[in-house]
Amino acid sequence: MVDLIWLVPALPLGGFIVLIFCGRRIGEPFAGWLATGVMAGSFIATVAVFLDMAGRSAHDRRAVVTLFEWIPAGDLSVDVGFLVDPLSLTMCLFITGVGALIHLYSVGYMHGDAGFPRFFAYLNLFTFAMLMLVLGDNLLLTFLGWEGVGACSYMLISFWFTEPANATAGKKAFVTNRIGDWGFMVAMFATFFTFGSLNYVDVLDASEAGTVAQTTATLIAVMLLVGAVGKSAQFPLYLWLPDAMAGPTPVSALIHAATMVTSGVYLLTRVNPVIADAAGWVPDLIAWLGVGTALFAATIAMAQTDIKKVLAYSTISQLGYMFLAVGSGAYVAAVFHMVTHAFFKALLFLGSGSVIHGMDGDQDMRHYGGLRRFMPVTAGTFVVGWLAIAGVPPFSGFWSKDEILAFAWNKSPALWFVGLLTAVLTAFYMTRLMAMTFSGESRYADERPGEEDGGAAALRADHTPHESPRTMTAPLVVLAGLAMVAGFVQLPFSSSTKWLEHWLEPSLYSNEVHLGIGGGTQFLLAAIAVVGGVVGIGVAVAVYVKARVDRGLFEQAIFADAWRIDRSVARFMGGPGRQGFDATNRFDERVVDGAVFGVADVVRRLAGLGRLFHSGMVRTYASGIGVGAVALITWFLVRSTL
Amino acid sequence: MTAVLLASAGTSSFPVLPALVVTPVLGALLVMVLPRRRPELLKLVAVSTAVVTGAMSFWLLSAFKVGDPGFQFLSETPWMGDLGVSLLFGIDGISLFLVILTGLLFPVALLAIDPGHDARPYYAWMLLLEAGVMGVFGALDLIVFFLCFEVVLVPMYFLIGRWGHGNSARAATKFFLYTMAGSALMLVGILALAFLHADATGADISFDLVAIAEAQSLSTGAARWIFAAFALAFAVKVPIFPLHTWLPDAHTEAPTAGSVILAGVLLKLGTYGFLRFGLYLFPEASHYFAPVFLTLGVVGIVYGAIVATMQADLKRLVAYSSVAHLGFIILGTFALNTEGIEGGLLQMVNHGVSTGALFLLVGMIYERRGTRMIGDLGGLQKSAPVLAGVFMVVMLSSIGLPGLNGFVGEFLVLLGAFNAHRWWAVAAAGGVILAALYLLWAYQRVFHGPAEGDNADMPDLGLREALVLAPLLALIVFMGVYPKPVIERMEPAVDSLVRHVEFHVDGFSEPVSQMGSEIGPLDDSHGEHG
Repeated sequence: MVDLIWLVPALPLGGFIVLIFCGRRIGEPFAGWLATGVMAGSFIATVAVFLDMAGRSAHDRRAVVTLFEWIPAGDLSVDVGFLVDPLSLTMCLFITGVGALIHLYSVGYMHGDAGFPRFFAYLNLFTFAMLMLVLGDNLLLTFLGWEGVGACSYMLISFWFTEPANATAGKKAFVTNRIGDWGFMVAMFATFFTFGSLNYVDVLDASEAGTVAQTTATLIAVMLLVGAVGKSAQFPLYLWLPDAMAGPTPVSALIHAATMVTSGVYLLTRVNPVIADAAGWVPDLIAWLGVGTALFAATIAMAQTDIKKVLAYSTISQLGYMFLAVGSGAYVAAVFHMVTHAFFKALLFLGSGSVIHGMDGDQDMRHYGGLRRFMPVTAGTFVVGWLAIAGVPPFSGFWSKDEILAFAWNKSPALWFVGLLTAVLTAFYMTRLMAMTFSGESRYADERPGEEDGGAAALRADHTPHESPRTMTAPLVVLAGLAMVAGFVQLPFSSSTKWLEHWLEPSLYSNEVHLGIGGGTQFLLAAIAVVGGVVGIGVAVAVYVKARVDRGLFEQAIFADAWRIDRSVARFMGGPGRQGFDATNRFDERVVDGAVFGVADVVRRLAGLGRLFHSGMVRTYASGIGVGAVALITWFLVRSTL
Repeated sequence: MTAVLLASAGTSSFPVLPALVVTPVLGALLVMVLPRRRPELLKLVAVSTAVVTGAMSFWLLSAFKVGDPGFQFLSETPWMGDLGVSLLFGIDGISLFLVILTGLLFPVALLAIDPGHDARPYYAWMLLLEAGVMGVFGALDLIVFFLCFEVVLVPMYFLIGRWGHGNSARAATKFFLYTMAGSALMLVGILALAFLHADATGADISFDLVAIAEAQSLSTGAARWIFAAFALAFAVKVPIFPLHTWLPDAHTEAPTAGSVILAGVLLKLGTYGFLRFGLYLFPEASHYFAPVFLTLGVVGIVYGAIVATMQADLKRLVAYSSVAHLGFIILGTFALNTEGIEGGLLQMVNHGVSTGALFLLVGMIYERRGTRMIGDLGGLQKSAPVLAGVFMVVMLSSIGLPGLNGFVGEFLVLLGAFNAHRWWAVAAAGGVILAALYLLWAYQRVFHGPAEGDNADMPDLGLREALVLAPLLALIVFMGVYPKPVIERMEPAVDSLVRHVEFHVDGFSEPVSQMGSEIGPLDDSHGEHG
């Protein structure tokens, strides 16, 4: 069964190839069904391999399936091969599963779009790249997937390319990610230098055996962290993710919530022995970076009015939790939260897509309100996603977030406190989103500031918001179900309920930290977190449903403006950055090229005497070379006959 | 020495390498006697000649013995025996793919673009150019090499000057004088080398590359001076920063076919020269001067990318991207290890394919819109989705996206460079960020956004254009996914070159990965101690 693993990435690749060459002939909706079909096939193949692996004992749950040798050069030998182990399979399961659902959803969402087949071609290519990223048995193949998902993300963000803002957002995503890729590349060079190999099995086993010096492990770990920070949109490289919302909403759900942005967490989890060998400040850095980003992004999410922007900052914040988990040595919790987040955040994004669809493309929550009456399925499933992310038991987000917070406490109560604060804010901004969107009075037909007369509003009044088609609501229902129950794969009550931890064991070597706190403390922490979540919900209800508190108190301008960081960076790039580039260009024109002409000028003046012989026409020189060559040859010939 | 080589390697019955030079020359002569008013007949003859030459070069691939580090397909024709000059040709894994690249790009360039006027001399010059380039890559005699190296200038000068755009005469002049000045010293170097070698060994004067390189009879000082003379000629040809300013002018003003050949093949004369006549002839001097070239390579990578970003002309942008890409080749070459040199070689081939394709695409846009200014273009993806898609693939290959060809060479260069001199590699890797910046920004301004005016109804790729681009695209994907057949054929020759350098430089051993050792912040010179 394990040998079938190649089918998992091959199916979406096949889908891509078919769609890119004959997509337009296949047309709508079959192009979408084809893409969804290969994803379903890929999911089934993953399940088959998973069932095989799940039945094996821990030391047997790692296999390498090699297809062919990719780059053999000098001492380097890199294969196209797959590392099939619990970590990669867990990733594959939710990538193909959630991926198939989002493909299905897109059939409805992209209905009528001129680029329908192209969209599905990109989506399939993206899934292929994502699967290569997690399945690759060496850093370089992971890097192939890493760059591949980045390129697909670029193409999908700028999918509606005639809008300049979309094109800019796509470019920004790619270039910002490249900064992270630089770190990944340097990490690979250092790894090859140190281990003479890029294969995970060689590198990780050697690292686990302790043959690597601490400074070296530190360098590799920090450089991989730079890569992870870029891909997983952590501070300060998060800037691209909010803009990436310019892409179609299924893209935001698949790439910018469920899968691609978790790559950084995957990578750090994968190389856990290297992090264990690194200096102690590396895990501290990862944890503080994560929890700092989590809090930072949550404050911004509180004041956004664009529904997708709220979810984008929420994603950054939740990814911060995963980094906190990695830094705390809680790799299982990181993967756990990655899985539950994939379910509930995909659900929330697809739900928001359904809302946007029903509102004819409007993303401004101030225009929503009372939508539960028009779109009951969307509203009902959204409630599940809301409760899950807000950390309300027994929904999945509660379990995974709780586990992260417990490990954070274990590492440092300060980390725990910031994490808790973030959880309160999370509950607040998600409740705000719920309230503005689904409850209260309908505002879609209201007059808006800046509109001249009632004409536009009257026009909108005829356009009642509507529930989305079945292809869109069915995935919502499935994801809602998963978001409800996914927490049960890892329950903190006893060793036997920690199924995920046992399953992942072979991928984590012995680097999973053991919780040094008792069951009582753990229960207390969980209780505090629940109370915190309830407080967040309660305050938001008071503000946005009961209107007892002024919302301006929470929607601070600095939050709405994302702490002015994005704007400052843009100003720098457009100002001094651009001027620097311009200056370099002028330097090239005037100094480097100018010197050439300077030399030429001097030569011309010195050669005043010789001007009689020099016509200044290069054509003459060129002919001269011909004559000269002939003369030279003749000279040789004459001499050789002497 | 040569006789030994010939005996051991065996000669093929058909002198295929001289044929690669002679066939285009014959084609050019045939073109010249055809009636001037029959451009389609002229084109047929020219393309057929190039196709036949290309087919012969591809035949080399099948007949090439994998695993043999030495020269193959050797052929020697006595010419000026008393002076030690003979028509000695042979190729190894280093030159094999450059010969094939030449064989591929000429028919593509000839097929893709018609000259517009004066078809007869155009085709004749193109074919003579091909002959010269084949001669450079195949020659194992210093004088023959030099003659071919110089002869290449003449057709290129006329191609730019007569069939170019804008201020083409000035660009052609600059190109010509610049590269001429570079190679003038090389001739002196070659003569000095041969005489000093003859003095030292007491043998008859000879220009036999292998004999001179294997003997290493020169004093260290003399070798360094002569290396410098060679290096200057190659550095201009590559071009290495700061000797690069002829390139954007020549590219911008050259006709499309000229740009394709210039970028695809001619720039490789310099980088190839560094390997064959730099490292091989002067291992000690190459090692001695390596830091200079590594630094200039890295500067070229970053500097070329920054200047490329600010270009308003699409062709100039691609030209400056070449400066950056060739910086990678120089970096890999002077890393002096197998990974780096092999990466550089791959980068030579890949740059030829990708940049060749980019220039073709820019030419196709120019044919349709009559402008290459980025500001005048916009939203082309709407009207020409296939052209945009092809451009996207080629662009991603140029950016160095893994899975496409550009990445393999770039990665190996950086990997090799890191083993040798890590901070250079770390800085050079920053160039990958900039590559994404300038190409994506250009793509955005040309293909994305709303399409207005003539941009709204620009015709998409035609069948002929698609057919011309298809082999390049296929190579872009193939070389990215399965470069092994190529690397396999390069490696023995590269390895033996590295061993040669190791053997002749005291205390030098190839900078390789250090299993289990520590990366200290200041430990950057382990390549020096064995």
